[in-house]
Amino acid sequence: MQHFEVSIGPWVIKYRWWIIAACLIIAAASGSGMRFLTFENDLRVFFSEKNPQLQALEKLENTYNKIDNVYFILAPQDGKVFTRNTLYSENDDLIVEDLVSDALSLDAEEISRIRAIVLSEPRMVSNIVSPSGHVTEININILPPGKSRDEVQEVADYARKLADDFRQRHSEIDLYLNGTVMFDTAFTKATKDDLKTLIPLMFLTLVIIVGMALRSYTGTLITFIIILFSMVTGMGLAGWLNIVMTTASGVAPTIILTLAVADSVHILATVYQQMGMGVARQKAVSESLRINLQPVFLTSVTTAIGFLSMNFSDAPPFRDLGNIVAMGIMAALVYSILFLPAVLVTLPIKSTRKISNTSEICHSCNRVADFVITNRQPVFWALAVLIIIFISGITRLELNDDFVKYFSTKYDIRRSTDFMQKNLRGWNFIEYSLESGEPSGINNPEYLSKVEEFAEWFRGQPKVSYVSTYTNTIKALNKNMHNDDPAYYRIPESRDLAAQYLLLYEMSVPFGHDLNNQLNVNKSATRMTVFLKETTAKDHRALDAKARQWLRDNAPPHMFTYGSGLSIIWAHISKRNIESMLGASFGALVLISVILILALRSLRLGIISLIPNLAPAFMAFGIWGTLVGQVGLALSVNVSLTLGIVVDDTIHFLSKYQRARREKKLQPAEAVRYAFNTVGTAMWVTTLALVTGFSILSFSGFAINSQMGLLSAITIGLALVLDFFFLPTLLMTVDEQK
Amino acid sequence: MELTNKRQKSQYLRLITFLLFILSIVFLQTSPHVLAETPEDKGLAIAIEADKRDLGYRSLTADMLMILRNKHGQESKREMRFRSLEIMDDGDKSLIIFDSPKDVKGTAFLNYTHKVGDDDQWLYLPALKRVKRISSRNKSGSFMGSEFAYEDIAGQEIEKYTYNWLRDEECEGMDCFVMERYPVDKKNSGYSRQVVWLDRAEYRTWKVEYFDRKDAHLKTLTFSGYEKYNDRFWRAAQLDMVNHQTGKSTELQFSNYVFNVGLSDADFNKNSLKRVK
Repeated sequence: MQHFEVSIGPWVIKYRWWIIAACLIIAAASGSGMRFLTFENDLRVFFSEKNPQLQALEKLENTYNKIDNVYFILAPQDGKVFTRNTLYSENDDLIVEDLVSDALSLDAEEISRIRAIVLSEPRMVSNIVSPSGHVTEININILPPGKSRDEVQEVADYARKLADDFRQRHSEIDLYLNGTVMFDTAFTKATKDDLKTLIPLMFLTLVIIVGMALRSYTGTLITFIIILFSMVTGMGLAGWLNIVMTTASGVAPTIILTLAVADSVHILATVYQQMGMGVARQKAVSESLRINLQPVFLTSVTTAIGFLSMNFSDAPPFRDLGNIVAMGIMAALVYSILFLPAVLVTLPIKSTRKISNTSEICHSCNRVADFVITNRQPVFWALAVLIIIFISGITRLELNDDFVKYFSTKYDIRRSTDFMQKNLRGWNFIEYSLESGEPSGINNPEYLSKVEEFAEWFRGQPKVSYVSTYTNTIKALNKNMHNDDPAYYRIPESRDLAAQYLLLYEMSVPFGHDLNNQLNVNKSATRMTVFLKETTAKDHRALDAKARQWLRDNAPPHMFTYGSGLSIIWAHISKRNIESMLGASFGALVLISVILILALRSLRLGIISLIPNLAPAFMAFGIWGTLVGQVGLALSVNVSLTLGIVVDDTIHFLSKYQRARREKKLQPAEAVRYAFNTVGTAMWVTTLALVTGFSILSFSGFAINSQMGLLSAITIGLALVLDFFFLPTLLMTVDEQK
Repeated sequence: MELTNKRQKSQYLRLITFLLFILSIVFLQTSPHVLAETPEDKGLAIAIEADKRDLGYRSLTADMLMILRNKHGQESKREMRFRSLEIMDDGDKSLIIFDSPKDVKGTAFLNYTHKVGDDDQWLYLPALKRVKRISSRNKSGSFMGSEFAYEDIAGQEIEKYTYNWLRDEECEGMDCFVMERYPVDKKNSGYSRQVVWLDRAEYRTWKVEYFDRKDAHLKTLTFSGYEKYNDRFWRAAQLDMVNHQTGKSTELQFSNYVFNVGLSDADFNKNSLKRVK
C-alpha cells in the first residue's frame, strides 16, 4: 500500500491525458444509462413482497377486488349539495332505480325528497354525503389493465382535465380530487419535484461552500465537475441496472453530490497547502495523493458499506437508494484520485495563499486545539453527560407513518385529503374479511348479527367515522321489501330470506354496482371497511389490536382475522424496517470497525472510535424525540446512512493522530494538535458541506426525505462536535494514563 | 329443307343471342344492385336467417349449471332449470328456477322478452312468498353475480340491435360470418357494440366479443358442444364468458334439452311462479 501511495502520483501525472480521456468516456458511457430511468407510481412500492401485512392485503384483494379509484369531492360554496345544479353533476344510484336520473327537470319538492332519502340512508351519510349535506363525492372505480406503468398517470391526467373543465363551468362549486390513483401519481410528482428543486439548490450551495473554503475558481470548477460526474455515473448505472426511481431513491443524486464533495476537498486542500508552502505543482499533487489516498479510499469504502447495508431494509426504495449512492461514492473515489490530479497538473492553477509554516495553516484549528488540550477534563465530562442526556430523549420517540402526511401542504393531494377528513370522512381505513366458515354462510342470520355487532362496536370507538359493511345492505333490503317500514331495518330472520334478498338485489343492480367488492365468490365471507378520522399510525395499531381482541372474545374462531389495508401496513412499516435495519446497521458497524482497526493497525483506536461513531445517531434520535416526537420510516435507515459518513471524520482525525504518534513520536496532546492542524479545516469544511447538503433534503415536500435529511444533518453535525471535543479528550485521557 | 333448317338455326341463334343480350342487360342492371347490398343489409340478413332457423321450437326445458370463477380460480356453483316458450309475434318468455345453493332453492325468475321496449322481469322469493318485479332497465346488470349480464342471457331478438357485416373468415374450422351488432337501447345497454362469429352453414353463434361503453374489449363469450335436437335446433352445451378487465369468468353448462314439451302461456305468468316446482 505504501509503495502504491508513493507511486500513484507520478503515474497519474505521466498518463494524465489517457486518464482524462478514459474518465470522460466512463462518465459518458455510464451516464448514458440515465435515459432508461423510469418513475414508479405506486404507493405500495415501500412494501417488500415479504411484508406480512402486504400479503394479507393482497389476499383480501384477491378474494374481493383491488379498489383503485378517483374521487371527485364536490363542495358547493353555498353549502348545499341538494340543488339542481349540483345534483346534475352526480349520478347517485339507489337500489333498483337511479335516485336522480334527469336532474335538471327536478323541482324543489323532489329535491327535498331526495335530500331526505339520502340523508336518512346510513350507506350514504358520512360516506358519500356529509351529514349536513354540504359536501358530496363521486367515486370512480378504476381497473387498470396493468400492462404499462403509464396507465395510472393517464387516468390521473384525464381526471385533472375533467376537474379543470368542471371548475371552469361551475365556479360556484369547489372541486377536490382524491383517491388511490391521485395518491399514486402524487408519489411520482414528489420524486420529480425533489429532483428538479433539490439538485440545482444542492449544486449552488456546494459551489459556494467549496469556493469559500478553497478560495480558488479552478478548484471549485474541478470539484463541480467531479461531483457532476459522480452523480451522472451513479444515476446512469442505476439506469443500466433498470432501477426504478421512487420517492426515496429519488434523493440519491442529491446525496451523491454531497458525499462526492469530501474527496475532492481533502485532495485539493492538501495541494493548495503544499503549493502555499512553495512546493511545485506536480510535486504538490503527488504529495497530496500520497497523504490522502488511504483516508479517501477508506472513507469512501466505509460510507459505501453504510449505504450498502440499506439493502437489508424491508422497504425496496431504500435498497435502491443505498445502491445508487454506493455506486456514486465509488465513482467519486475513482474520479477524485485519477481525474482530479490529472486535471490539476494539466490546468494552470496557483495558490492564492502563501503559507510558510504548518502550524499557521489553521488559526481557528489551533485555538480549538488549545482549548481542548487545556480543558481536557471538564470538556470530556461535560460531553459525556451531554451524550447521555441527549440519548435519553429516545424514549420520547413515537413511530408514526401516515402516508397522507408524508406530503406537505404544497401538494394538492394533501389539501384535498385534509378537506375530505374534515368534511366528509376519514381517508385512513382498516379492512376485515370476515369468514363465516361455510359456502353461502353470509346469509346465516347468526353470522350477520355477529358482523353487525362487530360493526356496532367499531361505530362506538373514537375516531371511527364510517363503517362500510354488507349488513347495511341487507338491512336496507329488508326494509325496502316491507314497504320501507323502518321497523324492518334489521337483519332478516331466516337464512333463506337473507339469501333471496341478496339474489334479488344482485339481479337488480346495473353494471358496476354489484357486490363483488363486498362478498367473496362462494359467499362465505364479507368485507368490512372501517374509515377513520384524524388518526395516527399508533391509533391504527391500537384499534386493530382492540378489534382482534373483540373478535377473540366475542366471535367464533373462523371469523378471527387481522386488520388489513394500506393504513395498517404503513402503521407497521417503521417498526418492521427498524427491525430489519437493526441487524444490518450492526453488521455495517462491525465491518467498518474492523476496516478501521486494520487500517490504523490499532485495536485500541478502533474501539475508542466506536463512541464518536455511534453516539451521534442516537443523540440525534434523542433530540428528535424531545423536540418533535413523531418519526417515521426515515428513522430506520438513519444509522446505516450516517454511520459510514460519520466514520470519515473519525478516520481522518485518528489517522493523523496515529501518524503524529508513530512517525513524529509526539505526546498525545501534541499529536492532537497536529491532527487538528492537518485535517481540522478539511473536516469542518466537509462537515459544513454535508450538514448543508442534508439540510437541503429537508426542503423536500415528502416527509420521508425531509426527515431523513434533517436527522442526517443533525447526526453529522453532532459527529463533528464529538470529533473535535470528545474524541481528542478521550484519546488524551486513555493514552496519557498508560 | 336444309335451307329452312339453316334459317331456323340462324333464327335460333339470333333468338339466343337476343336472349343473351337481354339477360346480360338485366344482369348488368341487377348486378350493381347485388354488389350494392350494404354491410348493414347483409348483417341484418344474417341475423334474420339465424333467427328463422330457430323458429318453431315452441317450448323447451333444460338444466343449467353455472360456475363462477374469480381471477384466482376460486369458484362457486349454482344449479338452475330453464324453461322457454316461443311467442310468435313478440319476444320469447323464459323461466329460470333455482335449485342450489340451498338457501335460494325455489326462487324463480320470469322474463318476457319484448321486440321493442324494455323486457318484463319478475322474481319469486319463496321465503317471502312474494313476487317482486325487477326494473329491467338495468339490463347491463350482472345475472346472479356472474359475468353474464341480463342482456347477454335474455332472448337475442333481431329488433334489439342494428347490424353490420364485417367480413367472412374461418372460425372453429368452418366458414364464418363476422358481424357487428349495436344495441338499439344505447342508454341502458352496457355495450357500445358486439362482434359475433356465426358459421355460414348452420348460422350457429360461436363467439361474441363485447365492447364496453368506452369501446374497450370487456368480455368474450364462446360456445361449444353444439348438438342438434329434433333434427332441427342447434343448441350449445357450454357457454364460457371471460371478463378481460377483471379476470373473472363464468361457465354455463346446459344439459337435458327437451324440445316441444307442451308448455303454455299459463306456465309463464306471475301466478304460476308461486306454484313452480
